[in-house]
Amino acid sequence: MTNEADVRGPTGLSVVHEGRQPHWQLDHIDGGSRIVLGGDWLAQAGTIAEFPPSEIGGLTTGQHLSFDTAGLGRWDTGLIAFLWDAKRAAATAGAVFDVSALPVAASKLLGLLPDSLSNPAARVRHGFRPVNWPVNWIGGQTAVLLNELGVVTGLLITTLRGGAFAALGRARMRRVDLYANIRDAGPSALIIVSVVNFLIGAILAFVGAVQLRKFAADMYVANLVGLALVREMAAVMTAIVMAGRTGGAYAARIATMKGNEEIDALTVIGVPVSDYIVLPAVLALVFTMPFLYLYGCLVGMLGGFVVSISMLNITGSGYLHQTLDAVPFGQFVFGFVKSIAFALMIGVTSCRIGLKAGRSAADVGVAATRAVVVGIVGVIAMDAIFAVIADVLGI
Amino acid sequence: MSDAPHAVPGSTVAGSAPLLSVRGVTLAFGPKVIQRDLSFDVRRGSIFALMGGSGCGKSTVLKSMVGLLRPRAGKIVVEGDDYWSGSETRRAETGRRFGVLFQSAALWSGLTVGQNVALPMQMFTKLDEATIRRLVKVKLGLVDLAEAIDMAPSALSGGMRKRAGLARALSLDPDILFFDEPSAGLDPITSRRLDDLILNLRDGLGATIIIVSHELPSLFAIADDGVFLDGQSKTAIAHGAPTALRESCAHPHVRAFMRRERLDTEGKDRMQ
Ligand SMILES: Nc1ncnc2c1ncn2[C@@H]1O[C@H](COP(=O)(O)OP(=O)(O)OP(=O)(O)O)[C@@H](O)[C@H]1O
Ligand SMILES: [Mg+2]
Repeated sequence: MTNEADVRGPTGLSVVHEGRQPHWQLDHIDGGSRIVLGGDWLAQAGTIAEFPPSEIGGLTTGQHLSFDTAGLGRWDTGLIAFLWDAKRAAATAGAVFDVSALPVAASKLLGLLPDSLSNPAARVRHGFRPVNWPVNWIGGQTAVLLNELGVVTGLLITTLRGGAFAALGRARMRRVDLYANIRDAGPSALIIVSVVNFLIGAILAFVGAVQLRKFAADMYVANLVGLALVREMAAVMTAIVMAGRTGGAYAARIATMKGNEEIDALTVIGVPVSDYIVLPAVLALVFTMPFLYLYGCLVGMLGGFVVSISMLNITGSGYLHQTLDAVPFGQFVFGFVKSIAFALMIGVTSCRIGLKAGRSAADVGVAATRAVVVGIVGVIAMDAIFAVIADVLGI
Repeated sequence: MSDAPHAVPGSTVAGSAPLLSVRGVTLAFGPKVIQRDLSFDVRRGSIFALMGGSGCGKSTVLKSMVGLLRPRAGKIVVEGDDYWSGSETRRAETGRRFGVLFQSAALWSGLTVGQNVALPMQMFTKLDEATIRRLVKVKLGLVDLAEAIDMAPSALSGGMRKRAGLARALSLDPDILFFDEPSAGLDPITSRRLDDLILNLRDGLGATIIIVSHELPSLFAIADDGVFLDGQSKTAIAHGAPTALRESCAHPHVRAFMRRERLDTEGKDRMQ
């Protein structure tokens, strides 16, 4: 986007001055000063000369700052940048900025630029603050954490209430959304849940087999695999898979909706976000997770069965019998309840993280990552709490 | 900026080869044809208007001109170079001469306004940071956004976003500029100022500008050539400067559009 300043004739032909260095000088003339410009002033070619405001020191109010552009070659916004410096300096000194000698378009473009430029305040930098920073940081983080706990609990309560209304058929939730979410969280997750649980069952059996064989207690591998899966591993592994798969997706989806003002559009027409978005998401997880857990137990036991049969001296029916004996029904109930709790936690926190996200593309990524991390840590922490409770209750 | 120069017919060199020409182009998304058999030329140094009703395919045509949508048929020639038949690298090279303002501004949300304008310069020039920042200020100053240099795009108003997108399009001083509805969402005064800016970019820097706009006063003031696309027949139904189309276009739909009149359906029936 360059042009010959004054030689652009009616034929459109222009003389090309190859790479003439831009140069300028300030002459003092009657009634003011004159800037003599020469060479090609192209921004892309390299640095642009600065016009030091001190140069204009001699000028006083009412005097003219004019130009001589006889030697000016090609120019683009590089020249405008330089001229703008001069224009601001002239405005500061109160001098008259005389653009008559400049190419018409240059003076017009210059006319669009303001006379002064208030330097925007430097941006506040967040991050390291040297004074008392560990104390401040810990305090701040604690406050944030407590606040978040409150918000998440609030959201959980609204969602539960929405769920109750939904059961009565009075929630503003669309069935199709719920079904779409269930399809996403349930059947589509079967493969990854199978793979993970099968391998966990196999690993448990393998570790158990190596140890128990030493005591000729081969048979008890079935107890180990069965109990470990039903009580802990199937529920926890399934929840972790779902936190990564579904929780992250919820957070990213909601954060994107927020960036596009879709959430605002919902709020304006009076559809509560908790009904329209959070409720179907959480319900879908709560419906599917317990069944994925049961399915995970089954597949995990299959993994344990395969490894045991091939490594140990036990029969298939013996293994099955031992498993049924070792795992009472109550253990399934315990795991089932846990996985419902995990589902609630993952659903509500990931929706909350999405709703809280900023509006840029990077914020969507941050929200998804955070939802996954919070989901996984949350599942493990909750599992620990369940273990303590179970111990107290003697389950 | 009181007297905006009006478009001077013939201000560009008559007879010279067109800078950009569209030859028999058909555009489609999957089975859905948007425009077929489009042909028009954009002369060097002209301000070329793409006109037509909402949804008729103006943005789509613009997209294929800047290399985002391959035409189903036909070719787009930029300075004698068949744009779509070349390699992708070749297209990217040509694309560097383009400055594009998207209809939705499409600012990069993770960067500040200033960084948005600076990014192309950082990628494609060897300028140092201080110089880049000076140029960024000039470009933002031209669209009256110098103060917003360190703001996040999400903190801008709709019209400010448009103007920031325009400043970004100017980043590399491109010689072909594509503006998709630059004045949508701007007040009349700002919109007028933008007309001045566009004219002076053309006059001063020798840029060629292809503009999509519904804003009739601005079209009449700045555009010196154009094409009118029709959504029903899916092709161009009129060629010429907006002022000329307003005065003397045989097509009632175009005339009604340019005069902002109710479309006389009776007249349309007579036409068919
Ligand atoms: N990605 C896409 N996939 C399918 N169809 C599309 C796509 N983008 C646009 N279209 C269709 O192409 C047609 C033209 O769209 P386009 O955005 O080019 O219209 P326009 O003339 O720019 O309208 P407006 O003035 O409202 O911006 C529309 O019918 C639209 O539905
Ligand atoms: Mg459009």
